[in-house]
Amino acid sequence: MKTGFSVFLVSFVALGASWFGFVYGPVRQLGDETQTPILQSPDAWPPRPAGDATLGLQVYRACGCAACHTEQVRQTGTLNELTLLSLGVHSAGDFKDFIRSLMVVPELMNESNTIVGNLEKWNGATPFVMYSGDDDIAVSTLASKLKAVGVKTDARIVPTGPDIARGWGARQSVAEDFLYDDPVQPGNLRAGPDLAAIGVRDPDVNWQLRHLYAPRSLLKTSTMPPFQFLFEVRKVNGQPSPEALVLPKEFVPADGMEVVPTAEARQLAAYLVSLKANVPLYDAPFTPVTAAKP
Amino acid sequence: MSIDETKSFSATANDVSCRVPLLALFGGAALWLVLGLLLGLLAAMSFHDPNLFGNCPFLTFGRAQAAANDLVLYGFVMPAALGTMLWIATRLSGAPLALPIVPVAAANLWHLGVAIGTLEILTGGSSGHAWLEYPRLAACLLFAGFILMAVSATATMGFRARGEMYPSLWFFLAALLWFAWTYSTANLFLISSHPPRGVAQAVIDWWYSNNLLFVWLSLAGIGIAFYFLPKFAARPLAGTGYALFAFLTLIGFGTWCGMPQGAPVPAWLPAVSAYAALLSILPVIAVAVIGWKTAAPAGFSLCGGPFCFMKFGLLSLVVSDLLYLSEFCPRISRVVDLTWFGFGVTQWQLLGAAGMIVCGAIYEILPRVMEKELPQRGLAKLSAFLFAIGVLVYVVPLLIGGVEQGMKLNANIPFADISAGTLMFLRISSTGQLLMIIASLCLLLNVLIMTIQWKLALGKALVAALTAPLSTDSTTAKESEVKP
Repeated sequence: MKTGFSVFLVSFVALGASWFGFVYGPVRQLGDETQTPILQSPDAWPPRPAGDATLGLQVYRACGCAACHTEQVRQTGTLNELTLLSLGVHSAGDFKDFIRSLMVVPELMNESNTIVGNLEKWNGATPFVMYSGDDDIAVSTLASKLKAVGVKTDARIVPTGPDIARGWGARQSVAEDFLYDDPVQPGNLRAGPDLAAIGVRDPDVNWQLRHLYAPRSLLKTSTMPPFQFLFEVRKVNGQPSPEALVLPKEFVPADGMEVVPTAEARQLAAYLVSLKANVPLYDAPFTPVTAAKP
Repeated sequence: MSIDETKSFSATANDVSCRVPLLALFGGAALWLVLGLLLGLLAAMSFHDPNLFGNCPFLTFGRAQAAANDLVLYGFVMPAALGTMLWIATRLSGAPLALPIVPVAAANLWHLGVAIGTLEILTGGSSGHAWLEYPRLAACLLFAGFILMAVSATATMGFRARGEMYPSLWFFLAALLWFAWTYSTANLFLISSHPPRGVAQAVIDWWYSNNLLFVWLSLAGIGIAFYFLPKFAARPLAGTGYALFAFLTLIGFGTWCGMPQGAPVPAWLPAVSAYAALLSILPVIAVAVIGWKTAAPAGFSLCGGPFCFMKFGLLSLVVSDLLYLSEFCPRISRVVDLTWFGFGVTQWQLLGAAGMIVCGAIYEILPRVMEKELPQRGLAKLSAFLFAIGVLVYVVPLLIGGVEQGMKLNANIPFADISAGTLMFLRISSTGQLLMIIASLCLLLNVLIMTIQWKLALGKALVAALTAPLSTDSTTAKESEVKP
């Protein structure tokens, strides 16, 4: 490193390499993505944002909501589950014997202990989770063998992980979820809960508005600051406004006053209820709960 | 290290050539530090009482915290580091500052950009990308200011009499290239009218943040520490070979970190970052070895003042960078990602490492360029302890709280209980913010008094020059040349 030029050259090469890797590469790989098909559905994901939800993203940005909230659900793995729905014409005893006889099938041999172990504990009631584990081939083999004899089963892919268990989403977040966001705000701190599927958990716009105005009116221990500046407090003139929030007594500013959301508050609420990352994709497969019903 | 005394310019004349640019850079930096820490404390008040700023859109946590972060980074650390780089460049080249009027203009552009950007964030104009919140106008001003300062610094480095570059200059030259490249790339992609679609935006932002918070701050901090530590310890820098190793591995591997392990992106991105982070431990250890070998023989006196700032800063740099790199270990990231841990590490990198180092540099440089003792030396010494303790009280609870929060997030505990559980840690950390505010006021006071004294002296000289008889002697003429 005798001269400035050699220092410059080395730095140029080092930074240039990472520029190619982490800027040029991802832009080429992801920068012109389009909608992806939703598994077992004619629709594409994500839906084009429309109306207030688009404007709401800008309110979300301007208020810095991403400082406390993430929009990325994490998943530690997936389980392949096979559930017995009905035995058809067979008796429980015949069914048990049939399953035991199947355990010589090569695809099932690895998981035979688990399957037979579950079967021993079974009390005969349906639905009954016959198998839950990593082996997707065992599940599909068992399902097809049982289908052939008229036993109804349901094979499902179930994402696992603390975020999923907490109900923050049905599956992990993937790159596709952010396609139409501008700016993309995945967030880096969970001072508040994850919002990737807040529109599934709390789909009611009025709930969202009330929560924005007075979080503690809905959740006593909430640490979220109230966003009162997005609301207009005004005197009731004759009839109360139909848009006014319905608040418990201690959160009403004063007697004869009403709290009306501004356009920004409505947009933000519309954006929040539009966050519904709950469809299965090729990158993040799972079996939606609705499909499990016989 | 020694400056060639036979050169036509003495060290003092070189120092004086930096006077006006450094006053502009350091004065603004000290002011922004106070404001940034105040704003950070106000933002944290939301965790003491969430209802506090319900009616005040400017101080809602998301805006105030973003503005505070940017004020500390762009307002304080960067101009202070750039000023220090300019001064060290004149020292090491034994030449006066090249184009001294350029950095003065650049400093004003830069501070104007910071002011505009902060106001924009507080009124809701943030771009929404972390660490890149400043909208277009502010970003342009910052970039223009940076390029001007880089031109002056590079030109000064080019004047050096000796051929070989001192290690600090490698780090500075790389830092100058680094910010110009990453900041322009990030802004052209993200703050333009046609940003890339989807998650590529987040990837670029993570790349930028890593190159700024880890690589740039490390380059600047290490470069400054490598100049001052040998001076304070009165022995040469231990191991130029280690320094070269640290430099090459830092720019080679460090720049590939930054992709969070749980991020919703193609899996190769976090995987590359995990390996890069593992390799980036090498430069951090090398810097720790150099720092230890250079400073340890000087003893462990805690006298306050610049040496204490520098020692604590370099130690913070090593520890905070190691903690930062640990976030890219998949096993650790499962716990600490998306918690207060990452927030705490970033604050430590900003305030504890780079912040302490540049603060010490300001206290050391100011008396030299002003040819005057610090007006409040006691306060300057005191502020070293206040700042160091403040940083630790601020950051350590955030780290512990973050780990606890992460473990609870992975367990089956209701979220309301988790966020309530972090409150105690956040409230303790506010005490640290308060201590740092006091320390930053000491810095501001020192810089302010020096500036005012200098302006008064200038005024007096001007009056003297105007009232003097026409046949002035050479001393008066010389004095008036010093004016900006």
